[in-house]
Amino acid sequence: MEPETKTATETVTHTADETTSRSMAELVAIVEALIFVADEPITVKLLAEVLEEERDSVEAAVVELQKEYEMRESGLQIREIAGGWQIATRTELHEDVRKFLKTRPSAKLSLASLETLAVIAYKQPVTVPEILEIRGVQSASAIKTLLEKRLIVTKGHKETVGRPMLYGTSKEFLIQFGLKDLTELPSIEDFEDLTQ
Amino acid sequence: MEQEPLEQFTFDFKKETAEIVRGSSDELKLKLGEFAGPLDLLLFLIRQEQANIFDIPIARITDEYVKYIRLMKGLDIAVAADFLVMAATLIEIKSKMLLPRDPSELEEEEFEDPRKELVDRLLEYEQYKAASQMLYERTTIEQAVFGRGKIESDDANAEINASVFDIITVFQKILLRHRDEIKMEIAREEISLSDMIKTLRRRILEELELNIQTFFEEMQSRRELVTAFIAVLEIVRTDSVKLTQKKTFGEIILKAVTNGTGN
Repeated sequence: MEPETKTATETVTHTADETTSRSMAELVAIVEALIFVADEPITVKLLAEVLEEERDSVEAAVVELQKEYEMRESGLQIREIAGGWQIATRTELHEDVRKFLKTRPSAKLSLASLETLAVIAYKQPVTVPEILEIRGVQSASAIKTLLEKRLIVTKGHKETVGRPMLYGTSKEFLIQFGLKDLTELPSIEDFEDLTQ
Repeated sequence: MEQEPLEQFTFDFKKETAEIVRGSSDELKLKLGEFAGPLDLLLFLIRQEQANIFDIPIARITDEYVKYIRLMKGLDIAVAADFLVMAATLIEIKSKMLLPRDPSELEEEEFEDPRKELVDRLLEYEQYKAASQMLYERTTIEQAVFGRGKIESDDANAEINASVFDIITVFQKILLRHRDEIKMEIAREEISLSDMIKTLRRRILEELELNIQTFFEEMQSRRELVTAFIAVLEIVRTDSVKLTQKKTFGEIILKAVTNGTGN
């Protein structure tokens, strides 16, 4: 976060005098540019800070931009992910994109890792013994894998006997699973109907 | 994998296992390795038996479960302790169900099914299993979406983004690489101490004065270095060779002692 705020203040000093009020079209254009150059999903808050604009108008600009892309059936999409906005290719085009990039879908998580991740996502912050309780099996290596892939992070210690480490999902988790935020996960009770 | 006959297999099942294994061991191994845990296996068995999860035929399922665990052992799949814990739990429930119910409890109609706790756990687990399926689907879809390619500034401040965990990971990688290197060194033909002494003696005779630091630096591995060091000690002790040093902390030179003056 640190370096981004730095560039933010620099940009502000440059543009503050020239553009005190932008038209909606201008705002949409500049928002598009910033979303494009940001290497992580960029938040409306940060956009508003950089542009010295009201959050509401920035929000409206982003939504407008998103609509524009959809309207002209662009190969790109503006999407909300991990609490920010991102520009990315459209799902349907993946075959050709992959052909060009010469990539294959990256290694999938193991069943054990996915299960552990599901428990952590829904129960966070959660301790290892609590995960064991639900899964009925030790999850140490799965947790290690998830930490390495930065899908989970430690969230301090639980104030109980032995002060076990607490785990929760990371921003990377939201990005890799295409989630705006954790509330976008279907509620765990919804899975009840699927059983049997 | 070489597997000694397992002596605890005193049942007919042993033969059965052996036959199945001979048939399609790879396929089975794959299948058995697929279970994420004991609850997963249990759910699979309940489905396979087409049993109702709320009314598990515990005797039949327990037998099946134990069979699978034996099969896993027979196939040399490490059976996690957790699978055994579940087997014990199942057997406990099974025996509880065989016991006649306490009549007084029956009257109160508060008799708790010994299977209840297990069923609750299974139901909860099944939810998370379904949730993990959902995550799997999400990540599959997500892998079809590509962000823009990297631009120069992306990596500019990369070190700031590194957490302690990243550093440990890198460190572990380095350690691992070093371990590999050492492995390669072991594979190389090794010089025995007597060979080393011979080499050293020849060098001293040829060069008359041998700087031991240069000699040590020629060594390619820690092991060779140690051998070289021992060789130097050995040659000084037994041969007509002496160590000389022009000044304190200076370079140490090995010199052959001219005949007659040596011991």
